[in-house]
Amino acid sequence: MKRLVYSLAPVALIVILLAIWEAACRLLDVPVFLLPAPSAIAIAAWQNAPMLVDAALNTLSMAVLAFVLASLIAFVVALLISIHPLAERAVQPLAVGLQVTPIMAVAPLAVIWAGLDHPGRAVIGLAAIVAFFPIFSGALTGLKSADPDLERLFDLYGARPLDRLFRLRLPSAVPFILEGLKVAAGLALIGAVVAEFVARSGLSRGLAWRLMEASNRLETAKTFAALLVLVLMGVALNALMQVGERAALRWWRGR
Amino acid sequence: MSTPLAELDAVEVDYPRGPALGPFSLTVAEGEIVALVGPSGCGKSTAMRLLAGLEAPTRGAVHRTSARGETAVVFQAPTLMPWAAARANVALPLELAGVEGREARARADAALARVKLAGAEAAKPAQLSGGMAMRVSLARALVTDPRLLLLDEPFAALDEITRRALGEDVHVLWAASRAAIVFVTHNVEEACYMAGRVVVMTPGPGRFAGETVVEGPLPRPAGFRTTEGFRHACEHVSADLAHGAPRPAA
Repeated sequence: MKRLVYSLAPVALIVILLAIWEAACRLLDVPVFLLPAPSAIAIAAWQNAPMLVDAALNTLSMAVLAFVLASLIAFVVALLISIHPLAERAVQPLAVGLQVTPIMAVAPLAVIWAGLDHPGRAVIGLAAIVAFFPIFSGALTGLKSADPDLERLFDLYGARPLDRLFRLRLPSAVPFILEGLKVAAGLALIGAVVAEFVARSGLSRGLAWRLMEASNRLETAKTFAALLVLVLMGVALNALMQVGERAALRWWRGR
Repeated sequence: MSTPLAELDAVEVDYPRGPALGPFSLTVAEGEIVALVGPSGCGKSTAMRLLAGLEAPTRGAVHRTSARGETAVVFQAPTLMPWAAARANVALPLELAGVEGREARARADAALARVKLAGAEAAKPAQLSGGMAMRVSLARALVTDPRLLLLDEPFAALDEITRRALGEDVHVLWAASRAAIVFVTHNVEEACYMAGRVVVMTPGPGRFAGETVVEGPLPRPAGFRTTEGFRHACEHVSADLAHGAPRPAA
């Protein structure tokens, strides 16, 4: 019973907030271009469903590509760097520089380099930059996190460097890498949306583009509908990564 | 005394924060059980790492007649790979030495059976109790049939009953393998029960503070803890510890 109450609590809160919103819009006669009622948003979402789904898939596919790209590069770089402390020392400032640079500031360059005809590539590149850091730092931390006594044991038995990497350091890094991937997946989606805004091209027909288009036309209900799809997509992605991480950890730890 | 298997010859170890050990000398003969007793921070674990060849002394020398791979270490924590099943954990030293996979697994299963863990081969460390995890760690040390077995406070984290049971099992395993054992502990009774010879160290940097030969057969017969010899040995070791400790300020 208690568990049921707890799992229904978020749903109840959302229903209550929506009810207040709906009632306020109706009672106060709020103009629909300023703040549409939830019912109006639902209708707009229903009517524009095919277009919104199409745009969402567009954004999602760019985010996924960026995520895969960032994972591969971050993992390989972390692996190479972990071989020697000097390499890490050399790369660290660059990595931090990349992390603290606002994506907006890099966007114009990315758009130029990707070519004005390929805004999708710019979006993928920018989202990949955003997703890079958590995976990189997770993998690097993880590769150095092996139990020091296990390291000693590997010393004692004269382990070769590759044995140490594959039998000790990589498996030890798994929980850190999973955490990095989870964070990066969310960031890749945010990065893709932000990059779409900055790329400002009608050629990339993702959710951000639809959002801007609708708000420029003062179709506020449609704007909200696009936003709703974006939020749902983010929540779903987060849940998926959470489940994936938990399952992988259960397998890793056997419990 | 038979041939020394390992010897610390007036070794001293300095760490950046100060001297950690010595000068300290210790000889380990083939097939004997020596307990190393001393207060926390006296450098017992450092002495173990020297014996294992995992660390070099700042001054002094370490002589070992046992080859690499003939020495095994059991740490205070089980130190298992959490992602690997018990069998894979135990097979690790063999696989690192290049033993073919199937044979390594078979020998790992045999080692697990020797520590009474037959049937737990596929369990991962998180699925084992503290005592069972320690047994896996022991099996991993035994799987290479070492001539020198270094036990660094192996039972410190276990409850008294599990501790005693494991201590008896170590004796049984020792009787079968006749590997020399160096057993670090700060429990006087455990030291006198486990070892034929107890070496006491002073507070850090640890030096030799005294030695006690514990009379009586190994493995210990039932009721050994109530014998005069055992009580005597414990008193002697306690006196060495008290003697080695700095006098409290008046």
